Amino acid sequence: MGKPSDLVQGTLDLLILKTILLEPKHGWAIAKRIQQASGEVLQVQQGSLYPALHRLEQQGWIKAKWAESETGRQAKFYALTAAGRKQLEAETANWNRLSAAIDLVVTEA
Amino acid sequence: MRFLAQLRMWALMLLARGTAASCLDAELRDHLERQTAENIAAGMSADDARYAALREFGNLALLRDQTRARWSWSQLEGLLRDVRYGVRTLARAPAFTSIAMVVMALGIGANVAMFTVIRSVLLKPLPYPDPDRLMMVYERDVVGDPDSMFNVVAGGMYAEWKQQNQTFQNLGLAGGFESNVSGAGGQLPEKLHGVNCTWNLLPLLGVKAALGRSFTADDDRWAANGTVMLTWGLWKRRFGGDPGILNQTVQINRRACTVIGVLPAWFVFPEDPAVQLLTPVYHEKPAERMASRGNHQFVVIGRLHPGVTAEQASTDLALIARRLHDAHLDEPIIGKSAVTRPLLDDMVVDARRPLYMLFAATGCMLLIVCLNVANLLVARGAALRREHAIRMALGGGGMRLLRAQLMESFLLCSGGGAAGLALAWAAIGWLAKARPDLSRVEAVHIDVPVVAFAVGLICLCALVAGVIGSRASRGEHMLTSLQESGRGSTMAHGRVRLRKALMTLEVALTVVLLVGAGLLLKSYQRLRSSDMGCTTSNVLTMRIALFGGRFGDRGERVNFFSDFLQKVRALPGVQAAGFVQAVPGQGFWGDGPFSIVEHPSLSVGQTDMAIYRWADPGYFAAMGIPVLRGRTFDDGKRLDKANEIVISKKFADRKLPGENPIGKHVRVDDRVLTIVGVVGDTRFAQSEEPAPMQYLPLYSGFPNHGSLVIRSSQDVDKFALPVE
Repeated sequence: MGKPSDLVQGTLDLLILKTILLEPKHGWAIAKRIQQASGEVLQVQQGSLYPALHRLEQQGWIKAKWAESETGRQAKFYALTAAGRKQLEAETANWNRLSAAIDLVVTEA
Repeated sequence: MRFLAQLRMWALMLLARGTAASCLDAELRDHLERQTAENIAAGMSADDARYAALREFGNLALLRDQTRARWSWSQLEGLLRDVRYGVRTLARAPAFTSIAMVVMALGIGANVAMFTVIRSVLLKPLPYPDPDRLMMVYERDVVGDPDSMFNVVAGGMYAEWKQQNQTFQNLGLAGGFESNVSGAGGQLPEKLHGVNCTWNLLPLLGVKAALGRSFTADDDRWAANGTVMLTWGLWKRRFGGDPGILNQTVQINRRACTVIGVLPAWFVFPEDPAVQLLTPVYHEKPAERMASRGNHQFVVIGRLHPGVTAEQASTDLALIARRLHDAHLDEPIIGKSAVTRPLLDDMVVDARRPLYMLFAATGCMLLIVCLNVANLLVARGAALRREHAIRMALGGGGMRLLRAQLMESFLLCSGGGAAGLALAWAAIGWLAKARPDLSRVEAVHIDVPVVAFAVGLICLCALVAGVIGSRASRGEHMLTSLQESGRGSTMAHGRVRLRKALMTLEVALTVVLLVGAGLLLKSYQRLRSSDMGCTTSNVLTMRIALFGGRFGDRGERVNFFSDFLQKVRALPGVQAAGFVQAVPGQGFWGDGPFSIVEHPSLSVGQTDMAIYRWADPGYFAAMGIPVLRGRTFDDGKRLDKANEIVISKKFADRKLPGENPIGKHVRVDDRVLTIVGVVGDTRFAQSEEPAPMQYLPLYSGFPNHGSLVIRSSQDVDKFALPVE
């Protein structure tokens, strides 16, 4: 595996929020899920993941809870809050607009 | 909703910081273990799997730090850590710390003290309601005195202004007097500064009596009973703060006055902070004196109508003065115009420039102090280079190091600043004691804005010193630092250059300050050494005034003065003694018109003026003023026979140039006096040039007050008590 592609600036929040939309997940699972869902293209570094998670938690978009995981060990699960859901919608809309715009520029040229 | 969640988080982080930290560790460990487990599942050995997971993780400590930095209290926590760390580092170098703090304390203390004085004296409004509308009014272009810009006002002029002006809500008048409060109930008699004022002056200023009542229009008439108001200080000190003093009678200048009120504690008479009692002026001064247009001796304070400017008021009053002048062209000393200026400006006019100059000097000093502390920090930076390099190598960011250095300088400055504030407080206490004559000195004290100023100063100093200090350690390579300091090598070139630049700046600033201080000293020395025109060493002066009762008669006064002087001269050790209305340096006191009988009379509306002094025959010898021509007064001539006058050299040069003044006659107040002598010039104030002066004979019996002068070869202070 070569050097993992850098995440587009500012999209990590969106990816995290989207990943835990359906069910609460712990840090490792979030990283794995993003990796899998992107077809192994996006690799989330721990150095970015945990600061991002804690920042989102401070901002009140996600909340954390210690619970028993599938292996029977205690793990910190992150879940979306109501405010987080709204933020996800806003960021998704923003992303769609942005990616469409970039697409336009790249393909037209 | 989100706000609430944030608030909850915020509180949680504050209360459960410790738990949060261990939770983070657990979370990261969990992640590491899952990664290891996955690696094993992919076929690695246990050790390999763990190393691979760790490799992927990178710097675990850094990750932990970066994550914690997202927590809401982490900024504050970092700050606290920096403070703790700074205190520890400074405590390890007590010599450096104490020197830097003392230097800072001096700089900040001097500046805070100066700022306090300037703020209180120049910037703070006067303690009266709507102080901006209070104006000081002067006569201007007084005939016979062409230089008069701000001339005190005559009663006649005031009356016209008060009646005719359109710009003032009210105009009040006041004049100072020396009051003797007679002893009662075993107390010694006392000499106090008093003020005669119109009844409307206090309401105009917005001052109400704290006890009793203020003057009314009825009190302010010649026919009224005598009334007096005491200041709070006098009431507390002399009358024990007894409210029973109201309606009691006190003897002031041998006249009975009823105490009608006590002024509030905060009240200070605007023009003279030493004033301790107030009496109504129209009761104290005879009507003809108050109606005179030539007797300039009062200050006039007015309250403008809202929205009126000082210029409009000046124009208004000037017009009235002009009309009055034109209607009395034959009068010798009448004002032709008027000028007003805000009361506050008027009170601080002499203090403003020296204060700002001193402030500039202390500001300069503060800059030197900052540079000094920066220099110390640079020097210390050299000693701490190895430590900084190690911290850098372990992952300490540049910003973190800069923050730590700034914190160190901030700690130094706030320590120094706190000491400086205490210093300033002490200095201001001393100033209030040592210079009670400084106008508004009573208003000088440290308050919230001053403390805020001090805090601002501290932050500024910390920033300047810290940033300069930390510049030294930037741009050095970590590795070379480690190697160099390992070998104990000399300082890097950049550091040396910086310190050299700092030194140059400091020397330059010091030179500026020294030149300024030198100039100040020079002018002070000139002031001290200005020739007063008389002997000033081993001379004691005491002020005396006689009032009322048996001293109402001129003969009695003459007898008293000659007996008194004889007794004083008989005291063992007294070489010479004399009596004069005011000794040189004691002030202007008064001037009066005169004419020389042998000269043609001046055209109408022109007058010669000279300062006058009543003196006894022995005064010139006692004071060491040389008799240049002729002689002093004849000691045998008393009362109306005392018809001689002595003039100063300047008087002779100006008014009788090229003539022999001896034997000429001078007309003063309708009395014709013969010039018998010319004496050396003296200065009425230390900073003023000598002015023409006429000495009138004390033994004519007119004056009732003045200064006793005693010269001795011994310490003159010991005569003070026997004379009293």
